[in-house]
Amino acid sequence: MKDEVASRKERAENLKGMGCSRKRVEDARFTQGKGNYVDDLKLDGMLFGDFVRSPYAHARITRIDTAAALEVPGVLAVLTAKDLEPLGLHWMPTLAGDKQMVLADGKVLFQGQEVAFVVAEDRYAAADGIEAVEVEYEELPVLVDPFEALTSDVVLREDTVDANGNPVDGAHGPRKHHNHIFTWEAGDKDPTAEVLANAEVVAEETMYYHRTHPCPLETCGCVASMDKVNGKLTLWGTFQAPHAIRTVVSLISGIEEHNIRVISPDIGGGFGNKVGAYPGYVCSVVASIVTGKPVKWIEDRMDNLMTTAFARDYWMKGRISATKDGKITGLHCHVTADHGGFDACADPTKFPAGFMNICTGSYDIPTAYLQVDGAYTNKAPGGVSYRCSFRVTEAVYFIERMIEVLAIELNMDAAELRRINFIKKEQFPYQAALGWEYDSGDYHTAWEKALKAVDYDGLRAEQAQRVEDFKAGKTRKLMGVGLSFFTEIVGAGPVKNCDILGLGMFDSCEIRIHPTGSAIARLGTISQGQGHATTFAQILASEIGLPADSITIEEGDTDTAPYGLGTYGSRSTPVAGAATAMAGRKIRAKAQMIAAYLMEVHDDDVEFDVDRFVVKGAPEKFKTMKEIAFAAYNQAIPGIEPGLEAVSYYDPPNMTYPFGAYVCVMDIDVDTGVTDIRRFYALDDCGTRINPMIIEGQVHGGLTEALAVALGQEIAYDDMGNVKTGTLMDFFLPTAWEVPNYETDYTVTPSPHHPIGAKGVGESPHVGGVPCFSNAVHDAFRAFGLRHTNMPHDHWRIWKTANELGLHG
Amino acid sequence: MSQKQHYKITVNGKEEEFLAEPRELLIYTLRERLNVTGPHIGCETSHCGACTVTIDGKSVKSCTMFVAQADGKDITTIEGIGSPDALHPLQEAFKEHHGLQCGYCTPGMITRATKLLEENPTPTEEEIRFGMAGNICRCTGYQNIVKSIQAAAAEMNAAKEAAE
Repeated sequence: MKDEVASRKERAENLKGMGCSRKRVEDARFTQGKGNYVDDLKLDGMLFGDFVRSPYAHARITRIDTAAALEVPGVLAVLTAKDLEPLGLHWMPTLAGDKQMVLADGKVLFQGQEVAFVVAEDRYAAADGIEAVEVEYEELPVLVDPFEALTSDVVLREDTVDANGNPVDGAHGPRKHHNHIFTWEAGDKDPTAEVLANAEVVAEETMYYHRTHPCPLETCGCVASMDKVNGKLTLWGTFQAPHAIRTVVSLISGIEEHNIRVISPDIGGGFGNKVGAYPGYVCSVVASIVTGKPVKWIEDRMDNLMTTAFARDYWMKGRISATKDGKITGLHCHVTADHGGFDACADPTKFPAGFMNICTGSYDIPTAYLQVDGAYTNKAPGGVSYRCSFRVTEAVYFIERMIEVLAIELNMDAAELRRINFIKKEQFPYQAALGWEYDSGDYHTAWEKALKAVDYDGLRAEQAQRVEDFKAGKTRKLMGVGLSFFTEIVGAGPVKNCDILGLGMFDSCEIRIHPTGSAIARLGTISQGQGHATTFAQILASEIGLPADSITIEEGDTDTAPYGLGTYGSRSTPVAGAATAMAGRKIRAKAQMIAAYLMEVHDDDVEFDVDRFVVKGAPEKFKTMKEIAFAAYNQAIPGIEPGLEAVSYYDPPNMTYPFGAYVCVMDIDVDTGVTDIRRFYALDDCGTRINPMIIEGQVHGGLTEALAVALGQEIAYDDMGNVKTGTLMDFFLPTAWEVPNYETDYTVTPSPHHPIGAKGVGESPHVGGVPCFSNAVHDAFRAFGLRHTNMPHDHWRIWKTANELGLHG
Repeated sequence: MSQKQHYKITVNGKEEEFLAEPRELLIYTLRERLNVTGPHIGCETSHCGACTVTIDGKSVKSCTMFVAQADGKDITTIEGIGSPDALHPLQEAFKEHHGLQCGYCTPGMITRATKLLEENPTPTEEEIRFGMAGNICRCTGYQNIVKSIQAAAAEMNAAKEAAE
């Protein structure tokens, strides 16, 4: 028996299945410079397209003259809205139910907007052509403030008003004003008002979650190639959702979907930037049809930061009520959401403010109400989920700041306030006041583990001493202890309430076992660095008993991969990972019948054992999965078709709800505003852990993006709508020098509805990290009366905070 | 557009001669003219380091150097570091310690790290972080990159000692 156990363990280890830190199969090509990113693609006769962009944030276009540009050597064509209009392609639908100009149709709404598309033999000729296009603008009043936009007489979008100038309905209902996009509500308005009116304690705060940008190191781009002989269009690009792009291209171009092949090659990071459809894609396709040649379009960094898919820009006003001893009774949240010139966020259709209604967080709040109003301004369109599920970063920041403000109001320790209000383990599945059903959690255990790991009481004692020393003039450095406890909502999602442009948000996996016992599996998702080729093979190895090293994972080619909605919102593991397990189980079910036949016993008399089926009670009688695979193809088995393949389209019954507890210890130099992160502890509970090494890597990366957003990264505009942070000289991306070492930890609370219990982890550290860094800054100044100050907490703003608190003497 | 000029550069040991406009940036010469696509473009302002190559023994960001400035120079890119059968210790270490995710910064990162370890074979963590600060990674948070470079340094020093 002992031998058998040992052998089982050894056999399991050989599979490199779930739970092991398998090294990544992607890395050989990347470390040798042999990745295949879209800009690496070179096709015969390929042309290069690039945009003439608007220098103004709001202007009427009175004239475009392309004649001189067409004389520039190497320039073949210049497209304007007039050329696209006969095709109906001068505007395109956004993923949020709005529409967006592909090329400026009479006016421009933000700086950097696409005005004309120059197609040339190479990028230098295209740049020369851009210089030669003459555009005359008539400047219009600029609105960069959403509150001003919602009261201004200036009509930004002519399609928002009728002939009499009255607002017409938008995609999500009536407009309150011509620059208003939608109102979205969740929860109970009147009961919440009543709770707040009668509460013992109420804390109020208004916070601005600034505009920022996902800024993957590789910008967006594509290559479109229309084969006029066969009528087939191939579109390579940096697409986080290749199948959705195929459907959208088909719908707007009229090309039948089977004649379109979309390929996402290696993608150099996405973080939400590469979910949407951009004018560059449409123009490249049209240019390829017009010229009959492949056309490449690649953003430069300024194009990327100024025009494609910003994130956040939420003004959030909160009121939270509690009893005197700290039990929260109600929460009210109002958001004014700045969407820029077009509503081009990428949320599920029924959720124009994403899952902002997860803003009751990890707390048992009986009554709550949320209202979000969207506004048009003269800023770039977007509103994507930057390393988070739809608007979850905003929601978690909101509640984790409100908790801190309430703690100040109650004169209570913020860790204790959280402890008092956490949803208890026995309350799961938990029905939240704003509509979600949390699948599983054990918040108290995670919290206690985190506080113990950092010696929370010791930190508070040290901090109190530091305040004394500061007051006594012995030090100029303050110390902040940042806390956050987050609950994410990921894995969109159940088709009954989640779709994008009517496309249900299921996902898929198709497996083919080869006769000699290796396999290929294809999925509807696409990796952008998460290591899908490594981890999905691990799921399969555990499910079907073939070594992960013998399983190829392929994604991103719509001609071969099954239909899926792609990778964003941490949906790959919760949805496609589930499809993978389910498809694997179909393989196993057929393998069981084959094994029983081969061993001449009844199907019910064999059972799966790591990498084989054994006769129950007689483990020496077995057929390995490798043997079964060969028999599946090469042995005539009565009543069973040859072959060993399976496909699963998985429609999840619920979202998954990863959670975590983070603590940041920070020293702040009051005289320079410089922050020093002395310690960062991150405990993540993502349910079943597939590959601990990759989980840790995701946590390190997500925390670093959180650090960036909290401490300096922003897309800032001046009053004229000029982007002030359009290059990496001004837009903060942390280097190795600014980033600390992180301590990672975990608990495991599996998702009860997911086939393998996994919840997803890629975005958790960003979601939980931003409030943790921000709370550390706030906490350092709590003893001196700071209640709230807006991010990003760069050195200058921190210095100003210290100055306003009178700490500079 | 300006007059094309004659240039001669050596890339990964191979001499290349061609006509190009002087304004052509070296990164495009490498990627588009010579099909050396390991170095990438991330920012065009010398900040991100995805385009890092080694020129005459120094780390250079090839996105802000004109081909005219590179005339006659000896250039090494990621393609000239290690081979599929004999990876450079840094390439091995990045794989072993999960020092990369999307892979876009990796060629520049490893190319820079080869120089860092030549300049200082026994760097402290602080020296690694400072020495690598010209290369941005959006995925890893650097912790595993630092670890990879430390591991490669240890490996290279042990090999050197064994050889002596």
